[in-house]
Amino acid sequence: MTLDELSRSPGRASEAVLYDEVGDDPEARASLLETMRSRIDEMRDSIRRGLASSEPSRTGMVGWNAKQLHEAPDPLGAPLLKRVQEYAMAVNEENARMGRIVAAPTAGSAGTVPGALLGVADHLGIPDDELVMPLVLAAGVAQVISKSMFIAGATGGCQAEIGSSAAMAAAAVTELLGGSARASVHAAAQALMNTIGLVCDPVGGYVEVPCVSRNAFYAVHAVSAAQLALAGVESFIPPDEVIYAMASVGRMLPPELRETGEGGVADTPTGRRVALKMAGK
Amino acid sequence: MGLLDQIGPVMVGPSSSHTAGACRLALLARHVLGTQPRAARLVLHGSFAKTAQGHGTDLALAGGLLGFLPDDPRIKDALAHAAAAGLELEYVTADLGDIHPNSARLELTGDGEESVSVLGSSLGAGFVRVTQVNGFDVHVSGAYHTLLALHTDRPGVIARVAGVVADDDGNIATAFSARQRRGGHAMMSVEIDKPLAGYAVEYLRSLPYIHWLRLLPEVMRGSEERVTDAADPPAEGTWAGSEVEP
Repeated sequence: MTLDELSRSPGRASEAVLYDEVGDDPEARASLLETMRSRIDEMRDSIRRGLASSEPSRTGMVGWNAKQLHEAPDPLGAPLLKRVQEYAMAVNEENARMGRIVAAPTAGSAGTVPGALLGVADHLGIPDDELVMPLVLAAGVAQVISKSMFIAGATGGCQAEIGSSAAMAAAAVTELLGGSARASVHAAAQALMNTIGLVCDPVGGYVEVPCVSRNAFYAVHAVSAAQLALAGVESFIPPDEVIYAMASVGRMLPPELRETGEGGVADTPTGRRVALKMAGK
Repeated sequence: MGLLDQIGPVMVGPSSSHTAGACRLALLARHVLGTQPRAARLVLHGSFAKTAQGHGTDLALAGGLLGFLPDDPRIKDALAHAAAAGLELEYVTADLGDIHPNSARLELTGDGEESVSVLGSSLGAGFVRVTQVNGFDVHVSGAYHTLLALHTDRPGVIARVAGVVADDDGNIATAFSARQRRGGHAMMSVEIDKPLAGYAVEYLRSLPYIHWLRLLPEVMRGSEERVTDAADPPAEGTWAGSEVEP
């Protein structure tokens, strides 16, 4: 399936994704939905653990950020924003502690989808059962992207991971709030287009800095994309072409900026110091 | 690649490619060996070499060799579990050539003389691909039950194996075979939708031109949907063929 085909689905985009995977087989459909439902429980569980813990990660660079934000006041008067950021960071701090998380689509980007989708749902009081189909759509968006490029920082930079997760989350939130298939796909395209070029530069090679805060930022980014799409704002560049552009930029990125820990913020005096310290030198 | 691979796997962090994928590669290598490994030399390439420690790749590989699935909380302490299980680990880095940046060659030795060398890559989002076993090109994704067989290169072997799979109602998803030289040894990897029945495996093992045979589990399935548990060590006699090294 292409994003263009997905955008022309008559019903909800998630129905088209589900049909593409299981066809008319009712058992396969029920089984997939049941597992997807259990993944929402796993996401919730990782958020709960993440918000309650201030145990430092293995390097000590992160581990308390989600809890700190969670317990802080809300001077902006923007509870949705705060909640989305908290959830995303909670998941990724659990990830950095080698806790149990749901990769979505990767572990390094695992906070974006639950941050945006569960954050918006909790803000609006939407029950978890209604998140299953939007999550199916999120998975479908990842599937389309992964046909054009490997979803890994080592092959495409962070844009492949966080860009994909933001696109998935944007489509899911759009559908959750009643957006059409076309709107959901354009939300994904807007999210993706505005992550192009994002490099993978983990300090010391650890999935901590900038990964934890990046999930918070791009969960909000996904909600922004959904907001535009729900208002009818569309991506001028057709969604499938955006994916090709991202894959093409991924191929142009030098290895230093693709998950080797040798460029970007990893290659700063502080970043290099962390790397040496953790290598025991 | 199914939808549940995109929202998933459920795994311990921190990286789907460097932790969950590494664990799955090691699980596959463990099943290629067919017994609990006693010693493992793990040759890390590219991004695996550069950021292994940061991503827990060392822990995930050790965990997979012990039979842990990617969501097993013991992965965090896998080095201690390996020491307790008497598994000696040696990590080295090397340039393995023009291959995927997240790659490793896992050289395993079991209790006896048997040893295997498994080259594989972690493709992102937890997907893996084993590309070589004992120097032979193979095609193993871990998404299916996989039959690996070392055989004599002669007419009809592939047809015979395919026939046995068909007689067992098995549907072949992918099939790949490559040989050393004409009339020499060849390795075939056949990915099948269902596990091969015991009698079919016994029959294949009895064929004079099949020298070594392994069944690898679907490591892409999570523990919550797994039918047969890859964490169980393979039963003696069920998995091991005649032990001929290429």
